[in-house]
Amino acid sequence: MALLRRSETVIAGILLLAMVLIGTINPAFWQLDNLFSLMRSNVIIGIMAMGVLLVLISGGIDVSFPAFAVAAMYLTIKGMLALGYNGVVLPLLAATLMGLAFGAVNGFFVYKFRMIPLIVTLSTSAMVRGFLLGVVGTSMININKMPTALIDFARTDVVSVTKADGTTYGLTAMVLIYLGLALAMHLVLRYTMIGRSAYALGGDPEAARRAGFDLRKTIFFIYCVAGALAGFAGLLHSGMIWLANPRDFVGLELDVIAAVVLGGASIFGGRGSVLGTMLGVFMLVMVKNSLIIMHVDTTWQLVVVGLIVIAATALSAWRDRRRAA
Amino acid sequence: MSDGFIELRNIRKVFAGVVALDAMSLVIKPGEIHCLAGENGSGKSTVIKIMSGVYQPDGGEILIDGRTMPGMSPIEAIAHGVQVIYQDFSLFGNLTVAENLAMNVHLGEKRRLMNWRRTRAIAREAVDRLGVELDLDAEVASLPTAGKQLVAIARALMSDARLIIMDEPTTALTRKEVETLFRIVRDIQARDIAILFVSHKMREMLEISERITVIRNGRKVAEGPTGDFDEALITRHMTGGDILNEPYAWTPPPGPPPVPRLEIRGLTVPGKCEDLSLAIRPGEIVGLSGLLGSGRTDLALALFGMVPGYKGEILIDGAPVRLRTTQEAIAAGIAYVPEDRLTEGLFLPQSIKRNMLATSYERLAPKLVIDRSQAEEMTQGMVRAMQIATPTAEKPVMQLSGGNQQRVVLARWLLTDARVLILNGPTVGVDVGSKAEIHAKIRELAQHHGLAVLMISDDVPELVQNCNRIVLMHRGRFIEDLPADDVTEETVSDRLKTFT
Amino acid sequence: MKTQMNIRSLINRDNNIVQLLVMTVLIFAVMTALSPDKFLRYYNFESITYIFPELGLLSIAMMIAMLTGGIDLSVVGVANLSGILAGVLFHKLAGAAGIADAGILTVLLGGVIALGTGLVAGTVNGLLITRLGITPILATLGTGQVFTGLAIVLTGGPAIVGFPTAWAFLGNGKILGLATPFVLFAVIAALIAFVLSRTALGINLMLIGTNPKAALFAGLKRERMVLYSYMLTGVLASVAGIILSGRTNAAKSDYGTSYLLQAVLIAVLGGTNPAGGRGTVLGITIAVAALMLLSSGFQILRFSNHLIDFIWGAFLLLVIAINAYKNRTR
Repeated sequence: MALLRRSETVIAGILLLAMVLIGTINPAFWQLDNLFSLMRSNVIIGIMAMGVLLVLISGGIDVSFPAFAVAAMYLTIKGMLALGYNGVVLPLLAATLMGLAFGAVNGFFVYKFRMIPLIVTLSTSAMVRGFLLGVVGTSMININKMPTALIDFARTDVVSVTKADGTTYGLTAMVLIYLGLALAMHLVLRYTMIGRSAYALGGDPEAARRAGFDLRKTIFFIYCVAGALAGFAGLLHSGMIWLANPRDFVGLELDVIAAVVLGGASIFGGRGSVLGTMLGVFMLVMVKNSLIIMHVDTTWQLVVVGLIVIAATALSAWRDRRRAA
Repeated sequence: MSDGFIELRNIRKVFAGVVALDAMSLVIKPGEIHCLAGENGSGKSTVIKIMSGVYQPDGGEILIDGRTMPGMSPIEAIAHGVQVIYQDFSLFGNLTVAENLAMNVHLGEKRRLMNWRRTRAIAREAVDRLGVELDLDAEVASLPTAGKQLVAIARALMSDARLIIMDEPTTALTRKEVETLFRIVRDIQARDIAILFVSHKMREMLEISERITVIRNGRKVAEGPTGDFDEALITRHMTGGDILNEPYAWTPPPGPPPVPRLEIRGLTVPGKCEDLSLAIRPGEIVGLSGLLGSGRTDLALALFGMVPGYKGEILIDGAPVRLRTTQEAIAAGIAYVPEDRLTEGLFLPQSIKRNMLATSYERLAPKLVIDRSQAEEMTQGMVRAMQIATPTAEKPVMQLSGGNQQRVVLARWLLTDARVLILNGPTVGVDVGSKAEIHAKIRELAQHHGLAVLMISDDVPELVQNCNRIVLMHRGRFIEDLPADDVTEETVSDRLKTFT
Repeated sequence: MKTQMNIRSLINRDNNIVQLLVMTVLIFAVMTALSPDKFLRYYNFESITYIFPELGLLSIAMMIAMLTGGIDLSVVGVANLSGILAGVLFHKLAGAAGIADAGILTVLLGGVIALGTGLVAGTVNGLLITRLGITPILATLGTGQVFTGLAIVLTGGPAIVGFPTAWAFLGNGKILGLATPFVLFAVIAALIAFVLSRTALGINLMLIGTNPKAALFAGLKRERMVLYSYMLTGVLASVAGIILSGRTNAAKSDYGTSYLLQAVLIAVLGGTNPAGGRGTVLGITIAVAALMLLSSGFQILRFSNHLIDFIWGAFLLLVIAINAYKNRTR
């Protein structure tokens, strides 16, 4: 019974239903290469969603992470090209740290000036994007210039299958990185005091202060981790698509927030889980990617995502109000 | 010289230019049960927040075990064994009972990791120590109020507390639950933990405490062993003097009995109150008392159109009305002065004028545009009629005293031509002088303007002084309807004590 | 003597306005000093009067949403969708005569469609917020996406180019020697200022934003008033869309995306409290003027648009910090 009442179970049920529906409309959905490519599409949004989940649990909101991701990605690759460095670990570390530093600015303004997180992250987002395009550059870095090590790394497959016609396809190993980060986030949220402090802050900020939580630490941690995950995901993304585009990720914040809310996180803070978020991400990516197989024009994508946000938030609001009553 | 566990010396605290505490001194000895008495708004909660490190004093010092504690933070206070049980319990509704219980221990030990097995063990021990049954895996938001209080008390006992501050702990409890609480408090004291009981209920203070400190307007006005006090003396210290005025008398006009202004027949709010019938005639002031959670506020909210699902009949001047929204209630002539003036009654940073006219604006703007001269006239008239002390009605209402603020709320309703006035705690946090004036105003409204008044209050003397009938409510039902002539404070208080 | 007193009390009551004026003068002085020959040209100020009404209207719309503690992130989407729907209508109705010479009836119909779009969009936002209890941030983020998405569906991506001459007049014509959009803005701003200070709706919105709970106990129609405020916000956004499409003779789903941040910035800079209860049209108007001077100055100094975005963001953070500092010392 308890299992049935958990929101993850409900989401999983809806997800399964949606899969059956899409599979019925077009059986191609169930083909292994489609499923593999779906999982691949989960990676970047999923990693970013982990950060957004943390922010939403604490009762905040973050719309700056796509800007941080693109800045960390583009600056790192520019740096690699300038230095002639071709590697994987150091650049990923650099991108992560850059994201972390950007996140710290969010944390500083949210904590120090008690300003509404939306307005803070809206400004840092504009600043970072403006700086990147206005000062660093606007030109794309294509496959012919991209550092090969990154591309090779992102090309690693866990399994690969050869089709009858000779072409091969595989499941990217990046999925493992996503799963690893998700597991880490789950452990942080569940088994560390800083993770619990995020829940406490989102549940009742006044009670959290009285209990003696160091809210400065908590807020900085939350926004830094969200930034760091975005930076990491940004660079990984460029490796996976063999392209570094300084105008990338525009509007991605909505997809990610939609996925997290879809995954059962409360829009009022205090509730949310990694497993739910992963299900939410899968659902969103699946619906978006399946528009084509369902013969829906791709121009409808934005409308569909917008409707999903509205439906998911309405459900979340309804659920939380019923719980409060 | 200090033999206290914690001592406040000459503490001063100022908020935005308003002095909340001044020259406040308080000593709590190890293992004693001490009562801090004062009316609402006297500075009790500021004392609590200073002792627990939530506020930093602007002057004076805090000593723990004889050592000064400059700039004490909440964590330091907790580390020194100061625990507070707030009125709202300060629990995390989104977390389980077990985690709420263990949280402070983990924080106190500066742990980085969350050990769930240990969390459960700590929680289990806490619950056992209190000798109560609680589902450790339940989400706190799903518990009833009494359950939440148990969690809060159990949590305070967790860390090696040396002082537990309880802020109005009995407000939401039945007499039986209060007795259980007192048993627990004595049990705690037996472990050499001091208790600071913060309250305004005199009988309970006299019953449980060993020493009493009374504060008024942010200053200490009396201190001593409980044996030196009695109810009258505490009241005198808390309010600053005895005010005795004529009890309110209402005589029905000659001839056939007038149609009741307000009549309810079999009013039921599912789960809150049941089958309530009552008639209030023009000019009557009916008192309503009962424990918190007895359904008295639910009755008021139903009459004000905020409980659309009520069952039963409501009649105004003999005509049945259906009150599904506050607008319908206002149109029917019902006015409601809510319990918490600051959060429910006023728009603090807005002007006196806007606060007064809040409910009247739509009426002032029949053709979309507000009639400014009429608005000004109404405001000035009310400022004069209610004797609100202010040079201009443009002043933000937050700059007024509690008494003047309450007059602004009353004025708002007088402007709506209310016929039924429901007051929930009309003089909470109001100084003594203003209190008498507000009472006089309410009496005048009933007597000369023919309003029917329903006065809900915890303040038994207030009810006895100002009502011609007192209705007692318990568990959602009316238990007694006492005519004021043969009622004293004693009889009402005694009757209230029997409710379990 | 008496007038002096009045002025002083006005200054005391609204020292935010005075600060804004000082800031505007400062920006003006700095830009003049940096590039006197180009900045002080009449043409520069004239072009500002054409560009700033769009942003000004969106900022007023944002302020109205903030009055009740909300926000409207869908304003730009609404503005674009309004322009596009009108554009689609003109292209459908345009006969052999061509779009430019479309009759006055057609243009009026287009106006009704555009304003209607704003009204419907605002109603949807308002209902989602009041009826379904969605937080304004997420509700309008979602609907903004839907509106922009519908715009893409309608256009397929590229801009709709070509609007009737009468329509274009709204965006780049002149009335009595003044830019039409500027005149439109002045009229609408005065109207909104009047609504906010002299009608029950305006005062109720301030009260609701100050303390929603007290508003409930005072019997204010919270849900209805909040709904009205988002409807008004939507209509203002659609007017901005009309002016934008008239001025550029085109409508596109991703026009003016940086306006969103700028509208939030101007609302906050203009003295609106994002938590609700405080905001004036006058403050917004001065803030828009100040920032338009700033951005035109930067353009003259050959800063790229991206860099100006950066400066806007930095400016907003600065304003937040200064406001927080001011509130602390008070």
